[in-house]
Amino acid sequence: MQKFTTLTGIAAPMPLVNIDTDMIIPKQFLKTIQRSGLGKNLFDEMRYTQDGQEIPDFVLNQPAYRKTEILIAGDNFGCGSSREHAPWALLDFGIRCVISTSFADIFYNNCFKNGILPIVMPQDVVDVLMADAKKGANARVTVDLPSQTVTTSDGQSFPFEVDPHRKHCLLNGLDDIGLTLEKAAAIDSYEKTLATLRPWA
Amino acid sequence: MTAPRTLYDKIWDDHVVHQAEDGTCLLYIDRHLVHEVTSPQAFEGLRMTGRTVRAPEKTIAVPDHNVPTTLDRANAATMTEDSRIQVAALDKNAKDFGINYYPVSDIRQGIVHIVGPEQGWTLPGMTVVCGDSHTATHGAFGALAHGIGTSEVEHVLATQTLIQRKGKNMKVEITGSLRPGVTAKDITLSVIGETGTAGGTGYVIEYCGQAIRELSMEGRMTVCNMAIEGGARAGLIAPDEKTYQYVMGRPHAPKGAKWEAALAYWKTLFTDEGAHFDKVVTIKGEDIAPVVTWGTSPEDVLPITGVVPAPEDFTGGKVEAARRSLEYMGLTPGMKLSDIAIDTVFIGSCTNGRIEDLRAAAAILKGKKIAVKRAMVVPGSGLVRAQAEEEGLAQIFIDAGFEWRLAGCSMCLAMNPDQLAPGERCAATSNRNFEGRQGRGGRTHLLSPAMAAAAAITGRLTDVREIMKESV
Repeated sequence: MQKFTTLTGIAAPMPLVNIDTDMIIPKQFLKTIQRSGLGKNLFDEMRYTQDGQEIPDFVLNQPAYRKTEILIAGDNFGCGSSREHAPWALLDFGIRCVISTSFADIFYNNCFKNGILPIVMPQDVVDVLMADAKKGANARVTVDLPSQTVTTSDGQSFPFEVDPHRKHCLLNGLDDIGLTLEKAAAIDSYEKTLATLRPWA
Repeated sequence: MTAPRTLYDKIWDDHVVHQAEDGTCLLYIDRHLVHEVTSPQAFEGLRMTGRTVRAPEKTIAVPDHNVPTTLDRANAATMTEDSRIQVAALDKNAKDFGINYYPVSDIRQGIVHIVGPEQGWTLPGMTVVCGDSHTATHGAFGALAHGIGTSEVEHVLATQTLIQRKGKNMKVEITGSLRPGVTAKDITLSVIGETGTAGGTGYVIEYCGQAIRELSMEGRMTVCNMAIEGGARAGLIAPDEKTYQYVMGRPHAPKGAKWEAALAYWKTLFTDEGAHFDKVVTIKGEDIAPVVTWGTSPEDVLPITGVVPAPEDFTGGKVEAARRSLEYMGLTPGMKLSDIAIDTVFIGSCTNGRIEDLRAAAAILKGKKIAVKRAMVVPGSGLVRAQAEEEGLAQIFIDAGFEWRLAGCSMCLAMNPDQLAPGERCAATSNRNFEGRQGRGGRTHLLSPAMAAAAAITGRLTDVREIMKESV
């Protein structure tokens, strides 16, 4: 997994609430057996017409936002399907951070497994970041994971919370499975007990 | 004496393998269900790192999302190349890693969340995960069941555990009894209408109350299935006699002395008197009406007797979202919901593809003809299909003008050829009315199987109670 430390980049505003994972990556692109290559279909049905032409109004099609690395999104971002193809598509496009007032649980969790940092901020802060993002490409936002702050293009800084274990994994690009396998003895011991306590399981 | 605990607390406590100082837990997973869409990258990850499946005997795979449901599906040409590759990958992964498998050719094949309970893999008090958000379905048995991403699928395959932090407890109580024509689907949609799609975020919901107790196991699965649509990763219901009766004798349910031991344990699975809930929602069963959705979020729920709302009826970000929904759905504020004309009816999915759902729809359809352009029934499993044929339900559907299909996820997410055309309006018993969910530009109204049958007969969204009156 790619490490996440600090990121300074273009932030794009997506104020719509309840953006679901079907919108982020529609089902016709889930038939892949790989993780890569989904960026071109990120937000496919919002981004392209039925015959594949770009929809100029869509934020990521506008010249200022074509190299977006941070999304400022409406409430409950990533709801619906558990498809990890959603963070894969964001990552493949180049988006490493999403900021919203809330995220759906499964999507939130999936982001951390792929080196993407989802940040929950209160409504008034998201409003400030949304207004800043609307300024376009010259407005660069800085996300600093070690110090847990987001800084707008005009220098306003806001703190954010992140789970210490997840922060540690992101900062170091650590693979969860490797960490868990270090606890193999605890799993062995649990399974022994299980065989006695709940032999049917 | 220990503090009173909720059902969720009890199941959680019994599955903690290791707890770190910061509260992060390693949780043991009793059953891991796998399907073809969210697993190929996980198995590939195992191969690349030389890892194996830790507990293949607790891992169950079935292809469901991609598979065609037409009667000629044994012919490989009915699948697109990429779908065929995905299903072939699952065939190979199941064989290579030695996990339990129900291939497309097996009569037990079906939607993973219907197959698990049907085969007795899902049992009370277990932890059940699957790379699919509707894993919440299994909570109907008093199991802690939730969806996971593909990285976590790989984690569970390799370690039989998940890294988790405990969620909060939420109680949803449905008091009293449901009125005639009102079903489990109306309960679960009404709860989401009340709490919103983010109302359950961070929580595990326990559904309780008389109306929940009075539901069959099929109905309880419908309720828990849509917990995720309310934002909760898991929804669960304490097991009772109905649960034990359903489980008893299933192929993978415990037998003999193990059954007795299991039963004794299952009887401890309830929320203790005085246990703490972080959030409580109470709805009177008598107040729940047959409902439909009007928009593109499962929270856009109204009784069928209502009218299409206006964006100005909402506040905050929902105003713009409602405006977008109405435009997408092609609806005008103030229009009666029962005046909305329907092109297509879809009965099926992990929400409503079980035998009881087919019985409810058939009861409305008996002796009638459809007045929509197309209608299809997609049973949740090959065994549900066989039972419906034995009970004469299949013939009722066929006589009414429905297509009688083979088992799979089908038009719920339209990954196979069963899709809506742009602008096509569908009354669906599935779980998501998102933009493009059933096909790009397709318009979905979620409702119960009985309501779907009523819409099929009249060609518009219809209050099933009117049809029931006519039949008396």
